[in-house]
Amino acid sequence: MSILEVNNLRKEFAGLVAVADVSFAINRGEIAAIIGPNGAGKTTTFNLLSGVTDATSGEVRYDGQVISGLKSYQITPLGVVRTFQNVRLFHNMTVMENVMTGHHIRVKPKMLTAAIRLPKFFRQEQITMEYSIKLLDFVGLEEKAQLMADQLPYGQQRLLEIARALATQPKLLLLDEPAAGLNLKETTELSRLIRRIQRQGITIILVEHDMELVMGIADRIIVLDRGQKIAEGTPEEIRNDQKVITAYLGE
Amino acid sequence: MFFIYVQKVFWESSSELLLRKQRSVKKNIWHLALILLVALLPLVIRGSYSYLLSLMVAGGIYVILVLGLNLLMGYTGQISLGHAAFYGIGAYSSAIMTMKYGLSPWLAFPAAIAITCTFALFIGIPTLRLHGPYLAMATLGIGIIFTKVMIAWDTFTGGPDGIYGIPNFSLGFTAIDTDIKQYYFVWLVAILIFILSYNIVNSGIGRALKAIDSNETAAEVLGINAARYKLMIFILSAAFASIAGSLYTHCRLFISPQIFSFMLSVKLVTMVVIGGMANVWGGLIGALILIAIPEFLTIISENWQGINTTELEIAIYGLTLVLVMIFTPTGFAGMLAKIGLLRKQKRISL
Repeated sequence: MSILEVNNLRKEFAGLVAVADVSFAINRGEIAAIIGPNGAGKTTTFNLLSGVTDATSGEVRYDGQVISGLKSYQITPLGVVRTFQNVRLFHNMTVMENVMTGHHIRVKPKMLTAAIRLPKFFRQEQITMEYSIKLLDFVGLEEKAQLMADQLPYGQQRLLEIARALATQPKLLLLDEPAAGLNLKETTELSRLIRRIQRQGITIILVEHDMELVMGIADRIIVLDRGQKIAEGTPEEIRNDQKVITAYLGE
Repeated sequence: MFFIYVQKVFWESSSELLLRKQRSVKKNIWHLALILLVALLPLVIRGSYSYLLSLMVAGGIYVILVLGLNLLMGYTGQISLGHAAFYGIGAYSSAIMTMKYGLSPWLAFPAAIAITCTFALFIGIPTLRLHGPYLAMATLGIGIIFTKVMIAWDTFTGGPDGIYGIPNFSLGFTAIDTDIKQYYFVWLVAILIFILSYNIVNSGIGRALKAIDSNETAAEVLGINAARYKLMIFILSAAFASIAGSLYTHCRLFISPQIFSFMLSVKLVTMVVIGGMANVWGGLIGALILIAIPEFLTIISENWQGINTTELEIAIYGLTLVLVMIFTPTGFAGMLAKIGLLRKQKRISL
């Protein structure tokens, strides 16, 4: 059974069609990639899936439940979380606190519990802290826990954003150009990390420009061009698809 | 292998906790110092300086007001330009309920909080869903309307003359009626609110608020309902203002519309900025500066004849604000943190 079903998803910005009735399904446990030339509607699709923007029409079903129309803070608790193309960390917090913020919805702290420091507060903080350290260890940032988020080099900021997203305990992780701005070595490490995340039973969709990364780790690729889906298949099929070659190289 | 991993996780987490504990002990020392200072201050205030005690009663009330506004401005990035109105709603509710309906001040106190919070809820729900300065605009309106209504609705509010002869808080065996009793009572409440604010800020709630302030979209993607948290903090700050209002009413025993003027709202916003936003110590420092400036001016006007202190007061607020913005945008608390007195955030590399 597919974890995500997208039916005729459409987004128009003041008459401009960014995503034109796109349909696809994502299988549970796979790594899927959405690729396409600039302006193909990849990031818009992500914004629609994660509730950052509302769709003009169409439907997104996650685990059988309709999530299109929900806000992002309603979607994330269900198990769908995303990262951003331009890393969006909380620069007023430490690395550790960034990840702890990701775990927020799983402990649901209450104002009163915190204000008068009930025992429950210490229990929740302990749980969040241990979980966050585990995640920092998972992405290899445990030694940077006490640094401010903006003191990290760019590549590690990307890893931190992934750790923070994982702290929400997702079943479906949406990575928006995770390799952008990374060097070759970092990209290789990233692809290993993505595999390790997959092995935790998390389904992954990534939007990516780095073809080597995509061809290396994606089980299935969806190609968008000018807001429309022009191809879908295994990396091998996509590599030889005439429509895809035309879209990328021109007529 | 797994065992080593578990051990590592456990060791790491306990070291992290230890680090936190050390930090919190350091902070608790500052809290203790504050409590001691507040407790011992009346012992050094004597003779001709005894008016300072009465001034510090006002100071404690301002601390509560500025702390609430500090939470709102520093942690949600929203501004209330009508905070004096919430202060006033608390004060008038308390006064009217005790004077007209014969309620005990102890009952009027929570009832006033409920009334003020209801007002905040009605203003907050529509405006905090929107991005931008809508809350500032709406509260600006409330701030201006409030004084006008209090003046016009004279059968209920006493009009421009206000309400006087309001009863004190009473502990049964004794009324809280002298400066020294009021000083301890007001500062007990102020310190409690200081600690509550500190605890809220240093918790998961505080992290959520910081996240919203830093990047709202990213916070929402992590499942944090930004509008709800902003509303919660706005109502909390209104509740603080109401508490301050009730304390004022039952300590000063006289209220009039001018006390809760728009000018006070502006001063409060100024003090939050000067004290230091997103820092509970900033709230404390800001409030103390707020009462110190007029005092300082009184001393000046006693020594130099012909100085118009009311005009000068506003000029000094303005000048202080400009200087703070240029030299220490994080306020006095931020400046103290920089020179290591109040360590706000530790930057260590492991």
